[in-house]
Amino acid sequence: MSIDKDTVKHISKLARISLEDKKVEILAKDLTSIMKFIEKLNKLNTEKISPLTSIINASLKSRKDEVKDGKIRDQILKNSPEKNDEFFVVPKVIE
Amino acid sequence: MSNISELTLTKIVNGIKKKEFTSEEVTNSFIKNSQKSKKLNAYITECFDQALKNAKNFDKKKFFNGLLPGIPIAVKDLFCTKNVKTTAGSKILNNFIPTYESTVTSNLWAQGAFLLGKLNCDEFAMGSSNETSFFGNVNNPYGEKLVPGGSSGGSASALAAELTPATIGTDTGGSIRQPASFTGTVGLKPTYGRCSRWGIVAFASSLDQAGPMTKNVEDCALLLEAMSGYDSKDSTSIDIKVDNYSSKLTEKVKGLKIGIPKEYRVENMPKEIEDIWKKGIDYLKDAGAIIKNISLPHTMYALPTYYIVAPAEASSNLARYDGVKYGHRAQGKNLIEMYENTRSEGFGDEVKRRILIGTYVLSSGYYDAYYLKAQKVRRLIKNDFDKAFGDVDAILTPSTPSSAFKIGDKSNDPVSMYLNDIFTVPVNLSGLPAISVPAGYDKNNLPLGLQLIGKAFDEQTILNLSLAIEKRADFKKNFKVWWS
Amino acid sequence: MDEKKFNYFIDGEKGKWEVVIGLEVHAQISSKSKLFSSSPTKFGAESNTQVSLVDAAFPGMLPVINQFCIEQSIKTGLGLKAKINLNSVFDRKNYFYADLPQGYQISQYKNPIVGEGEVILDMPYGTKKIGIERLHLEQDAGKSIHDMDPDNSFVDLNRSGVALMEIVSKPDLRSPEEVNSYIKKLRSIMRYLGTCDGNMQEGSLRADVNVSVRKLGDKNFGTRCEIKNVNSIKFMQMAIEYEAKRQVELLESGKAIDQETRLFDTKKNSTRSMRSKEDAHDYRYFPDPDLLPLKLDQSLVEKLKKELPELPDQKKERFIKEHNLTSYDANILVSEKEVSDYYEEVIKKSNKKLATNWIIVELFAVLNKKNLSISQSPISAKNLSLLINMITSGEISGKIAKDVFEKMQLNDQDPKKIVEKEGLKQQSDPKELEKIIINILSKNQDKVKEYKSGKEKLFGYFVGEVMKATRGKANPQLVNDILKNKLH
Repeated sequence: MSIDKDTVKHISKLARISLEDKKVEILAKDLTSIMKFIEKLNKLNTEKISPLTSIINASLKSRKDEVKDGKIRDQILKNSPEKNDEFFVVPKVIE
Repeated sequence: MSNISELTLTKIVNGIKKKEFTSEEVTNSFIKNSQKSKKLNAYITECFDQALKNAKNFDKKKFFNGLLPGIPIAVKDLFCTKNVKTTAGSKILNNFIPTYESTVTSNLWAQGAFLLGKLNCDEFAMGSSNETSFFGNVNNPYGEKLVPGGSSGGSASALAAELTPATIGTDTGGSIRQPASFTGTVGLKPTYGRCSRWGIVAFASSLDQAGPMTKNVEDCALLLEAMSGYDSKDSTSIDIKVDNYSSKLTEKVKGLKIGIPKEYRVENMPKEIEDIWKKGIDYLKDAGAIIKNISLPHTMYALPTYYIVAPAEASSNLARYDGVKYGHRAQGKNLIEMYENTRSEGFGDEVKRRILIGTYVLSSGYYDAYYLKAQKVRRLIKNDFDKAFGDVDAILTPSTPSSAFKIGDKSNDPVSMYLNDIFTVPVNLSGLPAISVPAGYDKNNLPLGLQLIGKAFDEQTILNLSLAIEKRADFKKNFKVWWS
Repeated sequence: MDEKKFNYFIDGEKGKWEVVIGLEVHAQISSKSKLFSSSPTKFGAESNTQVSLVDAAFPGMLPVINQFCIEQSIKTGLGLKAKINLNSVFDRKNYFYADLPQGYQISQYKNPIVGEGEVILDMPYGTKKIGIERLHLEQDAGKSIHDMDPDNSFVDLNRSGVALMEIVSKPDLRSPEEVNSYIKKLRSIMRYLGTCDGNMQEGSLRADVNVSVRKLGDKNFGTRCEIKNVNSIKFMQMAIEYEAKRQVELLESGKAIDQETRLFDTKKNSTRSMRSKEDAHDYRYFPDPDLLPLKLDQSLVEKLKKELPELPDQKKERFIKEHNLTSYDANILVSEKEVSDYYEEVIKKSNKKLATNWIIVELFAVLNKKNLSISQSPISAKNLSLLINMITSGEISGKIAKDVFEKMQLNDQDPKKIVEKEGLKQQSDPKELEKIIINILSKNQDKVKEYKSGKEKLFGYFVGEVMKATRGKANPQLVNDILKNKLH
């Protein structure tokens, strides 16, 4: 499967990463060679195999419905590049 | 008294307990080494002042009950350390200071150890040579311009150069074992679920495991014991008692059955690798183990499988790096532009490649052909091991298909870089424990390691077998200090 | 009873159109802590004070599931008569938005915890079964505030990670009225179970509405549009009406419907397109590797089944049988568990018919006027029961009872005390009444003559005079009997 520039642009939009045109070209090449490598899997017939949903053969452990967290607004906002005392601040969303 | 930093972790622990030296003396020894070794570029953040404070504190209080009393330890910069910058080797986190401590490092500190510094690594643990770090390449003590392996390259280099008595790394596709092999040190990836992932910057959630990196097997057992354990904050952590790996460590491996998988003999494998493997077989025979030829038929599909599963999970795990809550933020006239510029500026090339591949293989129309298919092949690979372990107690393979290569040699071709992980990746896909132990040299006097793969939660057996190899291989580090 | 027929259709220029509606209801689980983290869920807290490191998606943070939330989903599934899937999987739904700190939402895609079920609606034209496709667990997102600053939006993550049950109906609804009934029924069931408080103003219940139209008689489904995040039943109804008409107009003019997501503009009462096709989300669902598959024990399901309270449908059936209620009245009394509990408290010692009437007509009028729920009723069940008993025993007339009822509302007063204090007891002594009636008739002899010569309306006049003379306390039945006797 060869990955062309349009595909790279589409994926990079999904992944929210902006790319300069010359990078797009290089990536198309890189990704194509990676995909070629990956496509070796096509040689295997896996029709009757069930996918490995988890490495661990156990069931999901749950916890009690208790409040043990929260009320740490300062900690939560501390590392934000842009904030005020109460909120994270982000550029406007265009809806 | 010889330089403290030349001693093994176990000997230092005993020395402190016997009051042969103080924690302050130990800490100073490693700080001195570290300060002379900037050329290795092993550190991202040095915590020497605080380490000395902790050492002096320890010497006052003398808490000798832990497994690691008064021991300074530098750790891979993927573990979140409270109030100490944690970067994951990336620009996007280059100013991130966690307000919390990872479970694994908390476990170490609870045993009496304290933080010496944060060690360099490939960005977001994606790499096999420590050439993708935002903070620059790491050099291998075995030669300037040689890679130390990756992604735990800074850890391996620091360990080999004795800048830290021991260290911990993470292993997703070989990131502990491969650099261990390249630097003549011991590195162990525990069974998936043995160590908690809470507080470790996530790369590929179903593959990541933290593990010990040490000078020898004895140290490895000790450090593994200190760091392991069930954590209810990690839903993939398994509640199985941690063995007394140290006290149960023994070379007595007579009667154990060792599998030799034919599929690990790859095309164009250097003769030295084949030779080392043979030597390993002989060592274990000598120790009384029984050698059996086995087959792991789907081995050659492991790398392609890994390069679907790992990037897919990574593409999702790294979506949180958006400049809103922490880390780097770029300008943007609206939210989407801000996201796109932040992530473009903040992530390096390898990370971008993997996020894009991961996004692609999960995207509409491709999920079945790639991700779902990879999960099916993963089951086949795991089944191979399960079947083999019906017959044998451990599996012996080379750790890497080559010794340490030159910086820049493989960085132009992503796929050739990926081939470094060919022997290590099947283990992560199956969730099994594996260790790399130094076994010899190639013709350029560069170290080569052997890998032992064990049954789930049977770290003890592979530790014991590695000890048997270690005693017989009598590997001695033979590099000259070129960096200070 | 008047059997009405279903008759909601859009009258197009070229004929009648049927409206096909499917709802995806998001119901917040009434748990104390969030679905995958231990921070609190209370509504109305100061921004970002109910946020943990996990909720804010800090590096290295991991989800741990809340057992209570699992159980509430199972209970709700049982309440919907649905299949409980003992094996289910949590998947990541990947997309970017300011209120989604992880860059993905933990949800369930192909293997939800609850499968197919049904909800039964009581419509004027009969009962109707609405199919439930599935119910799954997922995280709620935070909130973005766009109107506090011209250039920036503010993000509050308090709601991020709160447990939601997404209940997906089959496209069986056909009118805004049915949607009203469906939402109310769903809400009622969840409130009975205690799994969700259904408070739409606080956002505990919201819905995405899928609307399509087709020519009457056509068996195929038309292209649907999704109207997202409608948070009141009234708006849902308005959105459906607008959207259905919009689609009919487009189709009748030969255009096609674009399958898209739309928003309901509450100011303009119209729907508008939210996203163009190019920006259509590709959610790249895959099983969340931080969570193992959820395996439930059948024994847990059985235990929860045993612990289920009597649900609205069962209660309605029982009320009709045991208390001899009409379907209409039973419906009203069971719609809220608190109302049915109140009713059953009252009828422990009081006449059922009277109780029904006094609650549905008189009490509800008061509650509606003062915007109170029955748990805030100014009159307790105990005291209403006493009032009704005084009517039954003849102690007071129905008319007087209404006055007493009014007076009881101040501090839930004991009706017996009011009647006592104000001397409102009904005059039921036939001898006394006879005296009064003879007196009145003798004072109005001319009218008596007129009555006897055919002016039957005057009977009411005489009754009125008796009531005046007794200040309303005369037993009306006795007055009637004695008057008739005296006049013939």
